[in-house]
Amino acid sequence: MNHRSLDVSALPSYKFGHASLMWWGLMGLIAIEGTAFALSVAMYFYLWSQASQWPLAAAAPDLRWGTLNLLVLLASIYPNHWTKRVSEHGNEPAMRLGLVISALFGIVLIAVRALEFTTLNCRWDTDAYGSIVWLLLGLHTTHLVTDVYDTIVLAALFFAPGPLEGRRRVDVSENSLYWYFVVWSWLPIYAVIYLLPRLTS
Amino acid sequence: MRAQDILAPAGPQAQHIEALWWVTVVICAVVFAAVLVALALALIRSPRGNPATPPDLSSLARPERSAAFAVVAAVALCSALLVFLTVASFATDRRLASLGPPALEIEITGHRWWWEVRYQDADPSRTFTTANEMHIPVGKPVLVKLKADDVIHSFWVPNLSGKKDLIPGRDATLTLQADKPGVYRGQCAEFCGVQHAKMALLVFADPPEQYQAWAAAERKPALQPASEEQERGREIFVNGRCAMCHAIQGTSANARKAPDLTHFASRETLAAGAVPNTIGHLAGWILDPHSIKPGVNMPGNPLDPDDLQALLAYLGGLR
Amino acid sequence: MNPVLDQTWRDARGFFGTLAAIDHKTIGKRYLVTAFGFFVAAGILAALMRLQLARPENTLIGPDLYNQLFTTHGTAMMFLFAVPVMQGMAIYLVPLMVGARSIAFPRMNAFAYWIYLFGGLFLFIALLLDIGPDAGWFSYVPLAGPQYTPGKRADVWAQMITFTELSGLIAAIVVIATVFKLRAPGMTLARLPLFVWAMLVTAFMILFAMPAVMLASTALILDRLVSTHFYNPAEGGDALLWQHLFWFFGHPEVYFIFIPGLAFMSSIIPTFSRRPIYGYPAIVLSLTSTAFLSFGLWVHHMFATHIPELGKSFFTAASMMIAIPTAIQIFCWLATMWSGRLDLRTPMLFSLAFFFILVLGGLTGIMVASVPLDLQLHDTYFVVAHLHYVLIGGAVFPLFGAWYYWFPKLTGRLMSERLGRWQFWLFFIGFNVAFYPMHHLGLQGMPRRVYTYADDMGWGPLNLLSTLGAVMIAASVLLFIVNAARSRRGGMLAAENPWGAGTLEWATASPPPAYNFERPPVVRARDPLWEPIGEPPAEPAQVVGLAERTREALVTTVLDAMPSHRLVFPQPSIWPFVSAVMLTALFIGSIFTPWAVVWGAVPVAIAVTLWFWPKRGETLEHLALEKRP
Repeated sequence: MNHRSLDVSALPSYKFGHASLMWWGLMGLIAIEGTAFALSVAMYFYLWSQASQWPLAAAAPDLRWGTLNLLVLLASIYPNHWTKRVSEHGNEPAMRLGLVISALFGIVLIAVRALEFTTLNCRWDTDAYGSIVWLLLGLHTTHLVTDVYDTIVLAALFFAPGPLEGRRRVDVSENSLYWYFVVWSWLPIYAVIYLLPRLTS
Repeated sequence: MRAQDILAPAGPQAQHIEALWWVTVVICAVVFAAVLVALALALIRSPRGNPATPPDLSSLARPERSAAFAVVAAVALCSALLVFLTVASFATDRRLASLGPPALEIEITGHRWWWEVRYQDADPSRTFTTANEMHIPVGKPVLVKLKADDVIHSFWVPNLSGKKDLIPGRDATLTLQADKPGVYRGQCAEFCGVQHAKMALLVFADPPEQYQAWAAAERKPALQPASEEQERGREIFVNGRCAMCHAIQGTSANARKAPDLTHFASRETLAAGAVPNTIGHLAGWILDPHSIKPGVNMPGNPLDPDDLQALLAYLGGLR
Repeated sequence: MNPVLDQTWRDARGFFGTLAAIDHKTIGKRYLVTAFGFFVAAGILAALMRLQLARPENTLIGPDLYNQLFTTHGTAMMFLFAVPVMQGMAIYLVPLMVGARSIAFPRMNAFAYWIYLFGGLFLFIALLLDIGPDAGWFSYVPLAGPQYTPGKRADVWAQMITFTELSGLIAAIVVIATVFKLRAPGMTLARLPLFVWAMLVTAFMILFAMPAVMLASTALILDRLVSTHFYNPAEGGDALLWQHLFWFFGHPEVYFIFIPGLAFMSSIIPTFSRRPIYGYPAIVLSLTSTAFLSFGLWVHHMFATHIPELGKSFFTAASMMIAIPTAIQIFCWLATMWSGRLDLRTPMLFSLAFFFILVLGGLTGIMVASVPLDLQLHDTYFVVAHLHYVLIGGAVFPLFGAWYYWFPKLTGRLMSERLGRWQFWLFFIGFNVAFYPMHHLGLQGMPRRVYTYADDMGWGPLNLLSTLGAVMIAASVLLFIVNAARSRRGGMLAAENPWGAGTLEWATASPPPAYNFERPPVVRARDPLWEPIGEPPAEPAQVVGLAERTREALVTTVLDAMPSHRLVFPQPSIWPFVSAVMLTALFIGSIFTPWAVVWGAVPVAIAVTLWFWPKRGETLEHLALEKRP
């Protein structure tokens, strides 16, 4: 028998970044949701191209809350990055702190987002412009809410008594990666909702 | 001439498409035959094997030059044929766009499940409306404007041209021309609901003088009732439910939700080609349209026999 | 059989065990059986349609029921059979072919199955309750909008899309992660079986195409439920927006179905020609370029709209071009057979049918790719013929071949060759009798989606012939069911590799044990089980050092499959099932009220959290084995 045994018992039990299986699952999710965002932006442009004026019959959305959200999201990049780094170093007290800070940022963002919805100056059922603006904002909000929930669950896990596998650190690192997606995806959506209507009028 | 048949063109648009069809079919048939012959040869000449036959791994060591040549040649040939067909398609597109300026403009609005046909004219007093049947002069380009009132429909008269969709909120146009006199049947070609299957239309291509005569007659308002029975029929129509949806020019009935009946008796079919326009069918249609076209918007009209006779007499006189 | 490994990797038994099962082979088989069930159900609907159309002005089925039938037939065939069955084949076979102990994310995989099942049942129950969708499988607006389809029919359709797309997307992620990260050491991308390449390419397409239809159907539900105006031209919406979104998904979708068919061809033909396939790199490039090109064709479904002519021409060129990669594969298979030693048993017969049926369908595809020709042929029975020739010739025939081929691996027994041949010929002849006449009906002016036609159109005889063909097809499917049922109990026992094939799924028992491979293989060649002549057949070299009492599997690197780390895989769990039930309640509720999304999210969140939450006992067990990087 032609035999060569490959002994893998010395290999680690987890790895960070693109070596981990979870990273690929997350990238798949980001591909899907990124496509959905891109298509919704395409829908916005398409409906705009069919219209004689845009917005159809409303003032552009108020800048205040959306821009505040933009700033808070950008500000959240640093604690997010920090949480990712400390998770890769395995510093559990720092991870706990990082997760709590990220969760707090998220809760603030959700509160501001709620205010954003009230100052869009259009309703989803007035016309197609209102419908697409609410859809875009609604899509991003869904991602925001689910990521904040994830972060809270992870934080609870790290505060709960009992031992934790090293793999949970990969979960925290991946969660931070997803947060980047929530932040960066807001930029084009913010531009489309808030800046474009002002450029056209 | 075979009705509604793509391969029985009666005008230049359909002819250009038919020409492309034959070129394409011949090329595709040759390619199909070639593939099958290659397959048959492979099946015939290859020796047989079974799971116990050791796999032939010689191709892992040596490149298979003759196979490479054959595959590359076949792909190159197919690519060339595809380019040819693409160019032929583009050339046909251009030919389809080369019909001259239209002699006539007709606006068709698609409804569930009938066709509103309005003949346009620079002089508004010369416009007129009919339904489900249209006449065009032979040998002249006709511009058909396409609008939809409710859902998407598609205007398609295969003997004359390809189809075009009628889309609510968007207007489209199609040009066609009939070179031979005759009657050409068309049918809605975009699923539009429960009676999509029975939304046909007839296009009559008439020699120009005949067309002018027809158009002149259509421009006139409805013929006056010629008998008391017809007079009563008109009264039933105008004062009853009919006038809520149908129009008859020259009476007070001018609703546009259903076909214009001004010259109804000159049409060959009713209910958008569902049944021939005879007294019997008309009676059945008026009393219970759902027995002919279940699901249509027209309600049943239980009339007593005398009223029905009067109405039939009146409608039968609307030439 | 290694009893310790078996104990470690086996799903639990009993009712609870059935709900908690996560073995990819179990989930894969469930997909196959369920998809086949929907195939038969949708086929019965088609048989009813054909009975109605057998005679002109027939009164067997009225327009309202007919419209529900053809809508459900198309919807079920595309969303509940064709795509899921291919995903099921991937879920079962890909881990085995890449030499892995498990599929990636096994619990998510199980969850995706339950969502698919519940979505499919939802559609058929609606049909039985007379609220089946009736606006066509493509559900164009404004017909499917709030004004012209009152009630819940269109919402049932749109929400079923949500179910099946979620399921499909999850299955795609699972396949990609498995192929990239769980391959046996030494299985570089250049050594990946073509089946795996095809399933990988399909999974990527799914990621980028399915969001379009999810977005479109969500916008439709919003228009119907909360009065948005995406598709309402009176308020700035657009009917064509639906078509763009739907077909941006819809065209790639047919390739989700066709490319796995190509996968089967590239697996069966080499085995039954007793040689490695000719042109492996060309085939990989063809599969990849088909996937990319397929995203650039969608407007060819919209040639009859008023889109500018120049734009349409681009899509004609692209639609013609996509024939080239398929042609490359066909010629490579022919070359393989030309210099092979042919075994013409049932799996190969079904593969040979492809050369007739798919090629004919592809050629009619070239015809409708041309704008002028399409303007005549669009929405006629010619297109019905075309689509069935390509889907059935390109996917269903190879699928039946694949079932005969892999049945012994799944069940441990071979199907009957005799019944297989009967089924094949009945299906081949019946299919052509049913669908060939439709080309002529289309040329004679018969539109699609009509519940009846006038007697004087002359379409009666060909329609009757087509119905007879449909009966033959039904008989052939029945034969297949009989063959499968009898073979499962009493078929000839199959060894590990009854066909003498070269890929890794044949290097383990039939059916495989729960752990797939006692010692995962190390791969040194493209067809690992075929060694050069003159040397005795040798097992590939093996991996040792994975735990036996814990579910450990090997993760390798993406390009070269070098060992990376040892990952512990999860135990069976009830939470995928429970989460699927909670999510189903949310989806169904949300066609009645938007608040269902808010309230329904709570039980879903709870179920998913409990799913994720690590168990203390398991954590301790894993910590004992843990090595930090």
